[in-house]
Amino acid sequence: MAQSVLEGTGIEQGDAKSAAEVKERVVKAERLSKALPDKVHTWPYLVRLEMMVGTALMAFMTIWSILVDAPLEEPANPTKTPNPSKAPWYFLGLQELLVYFDAWFAGVVLPALIIVGLMVIPYVDINPKGNGYYCFKDRWFAISFYLFGFIVLWIATVIIGTFFRGPGWYMFTPGEYWDVHKTVAITNMDWPTKFGITGFWPSFAFGASSALGFLFVPPGIYWKLKSHTSETLQKLGSVRYWIVAFFVMSMVGVVVKMILRLGFNVKYIMVGPMGFNI
Amino acid sequence: MEKKGWLDVVRSSYVWKSVFRHEYQDTYRNRVLQVSSNVFLHLHPTKIRRHALRLRFTWCMGGMTFLLFLILVVTGVILMFYYRPTGEYAYHDMKYLQFDVPFGMIMRNMHRWGAHAMVIAVWLHMFRVFMTGSYKPPREFNWVIGVNLLVFTLLLSFTGYLLPWDQLSIWAVTVGTNMGRATPLLGHEGPFAELVGVNARYDARALLTAGRLVGPATLLRFYVLHCIFIPLVAAVLMIVHFWRVRKDGGISGPL
Repeated sequence: MAQSVLEGTGIEQGDAKSAAEVKERVVKAERLSKALPDKVHTWPYLVRLEMMVGTALMAFMTIWSILVDAPLEEPANPTKTPNPSKAPWYFLGLQELLVYFDAWFAGVVLPALIIVGLMVIPYVDINPKGNGYYCFKDRWFAISFYLFGFIVLWIATVIIGTFFRGPGWYMFTPGEYWDVHKTVAITNMDWPTKFGITGFWPSFAFGASSALGFLFVPPGIYWKLKSHTSETLQKLGSVRYWIVAFFVMSMVGVVVKMILRLGFNVKYIMVGPMGFNI
Repeated sequence: MEKKGWLDVVRSSYVWKSVFRHEYQDTYRNRVLQVSSNVFLHLHPTKIRRHALRLRFTWCMGGMTFLLFLILVVTGVILMFYYRPTGEYAYHDMKYLQFDVPFGMIMRNMHRWGAHAMVIAVWLHMFRVFMTGSYKPPREFNWVIGVNLLVFTLLLSFTGYLLPWDQLSIWAVTVGTNMGRATPLLGHEGPFAELVGVNARYDARALLTAGRLVGPATLLRFYVLHCIFIPLVAAVLMIVHFWRVRKDGGISGPL
């Protein structure tokens, strides 16, 4: 018993001179051992747990597979388009974004940004706190934005796309009759047109500066105001700051565009040459 | 002399000892050897930090994702025995699997629901790893590999979606691959496509679907990607992922 307590403390058992000294050292070692990482054997403790969780999961999958049959519809028919045509459920968040953006942006650029954005997280989050335990206070910004992306941009859009979209990709409450002839009159306008700006190049210039201004001006102002005093920003450095700012503002931008489209019938913020529309 | 039980006879036999190089008694040494001398278990360190056992901490989602992958490999191989990826036979073979092959329906169900479950498990695993800050040094690069594994999980699921060759699959894949034609520069309806000169027959979408439409050629392409290419890449990434968990200091915990 005493040996395991002394293990890793640097105290050798043979060092002790008297019984009192041994006792004192054991007490000290016990106190130390509480601060040391507490390790257990993989066999049996972890292997046993894995066995139990694995068995439970396989039982669950078996019961699920007995009770619910996988869907199989009519044979593939390229001449008969169902309305609505839906992507697999985990892509319905992206399909939902097609309402607000053109396909090149919602279907290609945004997924690429999501993947790259996820990959850069460890390289821009230099906060040493919260490594290996659950906490909110020490890293409230990182967690808040992750939750915003995970719950609002991912889960919520998937749920809307799966349960609330019917024929013509119109909004239907779950259980509502899917009227294939439903039409909703919408008079969407481009963002520059709202301000009475006409002509291709003036509109493009206005739209592009709106989009770029949204992405870069607020973080720029924040940097100007805070970078001299904020220790966090100084440690972060300008490169990492702008990477974070770009992804954060893009995430917010997606929601802003959704609000502009749903609430104010804005079609495009920017109409560019050769289909370069956002 | 004490009488030996049949288990002791087996365990002291020459054959048994050639397979298991250590004794079974519950000793410190054997507990270590049980893990380190077993090719499947030696993925684990011989000792782990106690909090790694706590399901409230790990949710066991990484392990469950891997088990679901194994379930999908096994059920997928069984399905491959009965399924031909051609326009004439694919749908037929699905009906055959459902109504004629012994346990065909349950194999198909388990493959399909397992795929859904794996997508969810990967999401939850990523969620847990983020919430515990487990991507922080020294585990930065393993997070990057994990993001790649997420992408490959989605691609596996997406390519598999086409294989039943019913209305659900062909149109879901049509919607998905239609994004390809909007790729900037490389899709014929994407921005700046006219600068590159791609057209409906030669662009990013045609590369995915092997033609202008989702047809039998797409089916074969997705089948090969689904059964060979993506699982192999994902398996290699998984090896790196698990290995890095060990090399980067085991499961994360308070420093």
